[in-house]
Amino acid sequence: MALPPPPLPAAFLSLFGDAFNFVFSGREAETGGVTVGGTSQVIELATKQIEVTLLALAVAILLAMPVGLWLGHRQQGEFLAVSAGNAGRAIPELALIALMAAAIGVGLVNLVVALAILGIPPILTNTYVGISQVDRASVEAARGMGMSETGIVRKVELPLAVPTIMGGVRTAAINIVATATIAPLAGILTLGDFIIARNVYGDAGVLAGAILVALMALALEGTLATIQWAMTSKGLKLNRS
Amino acid sequence: MIEQLAAVDQSFFTDRSSGNCIQDNKLFCPGWVVDNYDRYVDPTLQHLVLVGSAVAGGFLIAFGLAILAHRHRFLQTPFLAGTGILYTIPSISFFFLLLPITGRGSLTAIIALTAFNLQIIFRNITTGLRNVPPNVTEAARGIGLTRSQILWQVEIPLAMPEIIAGLRIATVSTVALATLAVFANGGGLGTEIVTGSNITFKTGIIVAGSIAVIMAIVFDGVLLLVGKLLAPWKRKQAIS
Amino acid sequence: MTAESVSASPVRFESVTKRYPGADSVAVEDLSFEVPAGEICVLVGPSGCGKTTALRMVNRTVEMTSGDILIGGRSVKEGDPARLRREIGYVIQQIGLFPHRTISQNIGTVPALLGWDKERIAARSAELMELIGLDPEYGDRYPAQLSGGQQQRVGVARALAVDPPVMLMDEPFGAIDPINRSRLQNEFLRLQAELRKTVLFVTHDVDEAIKMGDRVVVLKKGGHLAQYATPTELLMEPADDFVEDFVGADRALKRLALMRVRDVDLWTAPLAQAGDPSEPVRTAVAAAEVPYALLVDGENRPQGWLSERDLAGEQVPATPDSSADPLIDADSVLRDGLATLLQSGSLYAPVVDARGRLTGVLSVEIVSDFLASDEASESELSAAERPHD
Ligand SMILES: Nc1ncnc2c1ncn2[C@@H]1O[C@H](COP(=O)(O)OP(=O)(O)O)[C@@H](O)[C@H]1O
Ligand SMILES: [Mg+2]
Repeated sequence: MALPPPPLPAAFLSLFGDAFNFVFSGREAETGGVTVGGTSQVIELATKQIEVTLLALAVAILLAMPVGLWLGHRQQGEFLAVSAGNAGRAIPELALIALMAAAIGVGLVNLVVALAILGIPPILTNTYVGISQVDRASVEAARGMGMSETGIVRKVELPLAVPTIMGGVRTAAINIVATATIAPLAGILTLGDFIIARNVYGDAGVLAGAILVALMALALEGTLATIQWAMTSKGLKLNRS
Repeated sequence: MIEQLAAVDQSFFTDRSSGNCIQDNKLFCPGWVVDNYDRYVDPTLQHLVLVGSAVAGGFLIAFGLAILAHRHRFLQTPFLAGTGILYTIPSISFFFLLLPITGRGSLTAIIALTAFNLQIIFRNITTGLRNVPPNVTEAARGIGLTRSQILWQVEIPLAMPEIIAGLRIATVSTVALATLAVFANGGGLGTEIVTGSNITFKTGIIVAGSIAVIMAIVFDGVLLLVGKLLAPWKRKQAIS
Repeated sequence: MTAESVSASPVRFESVTKRYPGADSVAVEDLSFEVPAGEICVLVGPSGCGKTTALRMVNRTVEMTSGDILIGGRSVKEGDPARLRREIGYVIQQIGLFPHRTISQNIGTVPALLGWDKERIAARSAELMELIGLDPEYGDRYPAQLSGGQQQRVGVARALAVDPPVMLMDEPFGAIDPINRSRLQNEFLRLQAELRKTVLFVTHDVDEAIKMGDRVVVLKKGGHLAQYATPTELLMEPADDFVEDFVGADRALKRLALMRVRDVDLWTAPLAQAGDPSEPVRTAVAAAEVPYALLVDGENRPQGWLSERDLAGEQVPATPDSSADPLIDADSVLRDGLATLLQSGSLYAPVVDARGRLTGVLSVEIVSDFLASDEASESELSAAERPHD
């Protein structure tokens, strides 16, 4: 792995210029003939990536959060909930997507399932941890005042666990949106297509894809951080400082 | 381009045939693994280098940042935000953002994986340092330890369980992520998942994926042991 | 609010036993006693003796194994536990305020559960905040913005929200520093004098038990009833060695915690207002119980002690040499009054009511006289009733 020659500023800038042009005007495919890139394709692929990401995130939340809430409220199954998070991190995203595609077939549903699998562990673990770490005194007081068990979860534990739970959702979202980049391997064209299919889009397309994916991930993270901030009670923000 | 990837490279398989299992692309062909285990040696070693360099690099940088932020509290927020951005940018995107600078190759992959690691390790080190009971550092100061003696002899040892926890998370995540290095021509086990132009050979995917998982588990176990050795006072608690 | 106050209900334990699943011994065994309506009954005993368990069986946050508990003649076992709990105030040591809710929302928790409308909840919160002496502007703050003592007051207000006939308090002031604890105890007693709830109050601190209780249940390990008595009886006639040990060797001194300053005969000092002629004051001082005159304002609030030099002139000056401090609250117990006096190093201290108006003067001599008379009565008692001691 010899080091590449130090980049010339001009060449460096020109590649970014090419990427910029690729996004806004498109260019001829390396394979010849058709025009690739341009705003319409960018929007199409970006929309797809957001779509699969949000779908998978929603599935992961719907599956993992109730389990985490239940276990956390009962203070049971810590081993299960925490091991799930540890195990989830060890799943090689590439192998998961490839195997899903190869063994079950390409397609939206399979992709969403595979991505949701990546999202479940952090949401499950963080929901469990967030709920079970809620000050037991608050829970005992709520119960002693005659709140029902679901009332305790809804009105006491959940609001207090928002920061931790949202931390899990954000980890899941980052992992899902990143992995959705290699979705073209599973037959769903996302922005990652620009990156993976260099033979079609060329280096300008690859760089453009990389920039767009990075921006999308940062925007998603920023949005979720804002949602978390809005959902967190002011009383908790005081507590932190 | 999907069709292109999906096309099974027949010559590659007939070379070292293990019968119909390969032709039919069954979920798992043990015979093929027995015949071909040697092809995983290099990718595994490359994978180890990728993970080892990225975690070591991430640790050194994050450690430096954490010490700085511990001394100067106002640095905490910008460091968290900065490492947070690096963490959020998907590695696969990072590889190619580096394209104009470092081109393709394992160095690019290592830089991107290092950038990913920083926040995980930074966060854990700062949490560990912050959680050192103030009365302990107060006592250390009281018996005449200097600031740097307090840091190295009291705070860092006491923060060790959290530091190791951060390293475990970073290492396990990096082992999984490093499979993507193949897209940056960085080698590693990903090369055996995206074999040439082929990603549909299930046995190959399973073997490469399993090696990655096993590697993650082994690293995790080793770090767990290291953590116990470095924080012997925690061992008794863990049992009860 | 006293006008619409729900009348308190008596609470009766009938052979209540609790055995936790998997535990080798019972936590509470065959416990029977009755707390009359409107009284504070303190459950006291060493840690782990089953106080919390006994208390929590009342609101069924712990289910009893056998026996029964009756509130106003009705078994707690009837009906839905959640509904039962809404009618019983509950205060715990860790307070358990909801950190994500404002003070008003915290106080309004049970009213909201009962479906009160917003205005009524807001009005009730405001009323309770006034009752516990918290500025109404705190209503929009969060628990993290309050001190520990303020949080515990809010905890009490939250428990009082729907005016429950019974209150359960588990070491409510246990985590508060001694000075604030004593303040909170006094406030609660003042509140209780007005509200007249039936209160079950758990503590491991015998001093607190004596101070707070109309009656005291002393529990031994395993939830056995060792003695059920009034504080005075407890101090005068401990039922057995365990209780005597637990109550402590300083029983006589502890009795000071049973008397309020306003209940003893205080001394009187000559009074003067600024601008009065000095001559008659000087004459009064010479003949008085307290050999110093007190400067008071128009509302009889002490302003300072007048020294001989202060009275040397024609008129009583407006700013005397020494301040009136320390002032002793007439509602505080004699022990605290004595402590204040001893700490300040002065011989006399003005005693004032809640509005700061003078009601008399406390001296160390008053306390020692009180103790002497009580010591006498106590030894008579033990001679007569405990001949084998
Ligand atoms: N949930 C429980 N499960 C099992 N044993 C318990 C439980 N709660 C309390 N105990 C036991 O019951 C006994 C009485 O406890 P508790 O009522 O909390 O005592 P106290 O409040 O007087 O300190 C103790 O021996 C304690 O260990
Ligand atoms: Mg207790």
